[in-house]
Amino acid sequence: MRYIEPHGHMVSRTTDDYRAMAMAGCQAVCEPAFWAGFDRSSAQGFYDYFCQLTQHEPRRASMFGLPHYTWLCINPKESEDIALAEEVLAIIPEFMESPNVLGIGEIGLNKNSRNEMTVLEKHVDLAGGNDQLILVHTPHLEDKRKGTRLILDVLKNDSRIQPERCIIDHVEEHTVKMVLDDGFWAGMTLYPETKCTANRAIDILEVYGNERIWMNSACDWGISVPLAVPQAAQEMKRRGNDAQYIDKVVYQNPIEFMSQSSRFTKPEGL
Amino acid sequence: MADRKNILDLYFLDARARLIDIAAFMDRVDRADGETDFRYDAFCEALKALESGQPDRAGKVLLEFSDPSDEPIPKATVKAACGACPDTNNG
Repeated sequence: MRYIEPHGHMVSRTTDDYRAMAMAGCQAVCEPAFWAGFDRSSAQGFYDYFCQLTQHEPRRASMFGLPHYTWLCINPKESEDIALAEEVLAIIPEFMESPNVLGIGEIGLNKNSRNEMTVLEKHVDLAGGNDQLILVHTPHLEDKRKGTRLILDVLKNDSRIQPERCIIDHVEEHTVKMVLDDGFWAGMTLYPETKCTANRAIDILEVYGNERIWMNSACDWGISVPLAVPQAAQEMKRRGNDAQYIDKVVYQNPIEFMSQSSRFTKPEGL
Repeated sequence: MADRKNILDLYFLDARARLIDIAAFMDRVDRADGETDFRYDAFCEALKALESGQPDRAGKVLLEFSDPSDEPIPKATVKAACGACPDTNNG
């Protein structure tokens, strides 16, 4: 089996995880910028993080033959401080030219506050002005429905933003339809407790189809499973999905979306 | 489209175990001292979606736990979500 991990926070994972992913058939890993589990105290902290994402982490992944791609932003969990966000936004452009940067992400909302909305709009403006792909984080649990609606409205209100160049991640049963109906891509995150289980993600594919949609592990420092995508693929097989159908969801679809960036190289797919 | 018997063969025992876990959770809450709160109220309300006989029960359960408002809040005072909305009128 071959697959792409389109959303993994590998800075929080061990090298053993890279090895396990490669052995499970992973062909590329893509890492959006995220919240470290604590608030960084300055823009310099983000500068170091962006260096890690664009320089160090690709080297670590390459030890296992894995191409590593990344997305840059200040995460919505740190967006309440607009002054800090503006400082971080100012340093992103110098990293956007790095060869493994696919776009701006994971941007979005956390608690759906006004300041989070302001910082989201600034990120969308940065992406729109620089022809960047966008990867969106939708809020957790009780905040997801409302936040997803607000995010879609922000994206649709910017005429430079093309929905087919945006992936709206962490969709669940109550948000996937609004995302796909508006022409965006949808990401399903496979978590043991929050977001989607593998079986629910497979159900969503059965109900809404397998176009413009992918699965990811979003593995990070929390409760998460780096091999969630190949495990879901195995469950798809158990449910009777054929190899071509599975390959489209876990391999071809991520390639189709990310190939919209000239920096993404289609893996050999061995 | 999958065969219904096949789906039951694959998932009945897993769903049965989860249902018993839910029942045990509710018993556990009942045994515990103190007041309940909005999370458990939302949980009990969401259970009704299971009896609806309508499709998209999962979506309906998620909506029961969702913030029904549409406007941004003035300020984020916490980072974490708790899984249910304190302001939801579940009556």
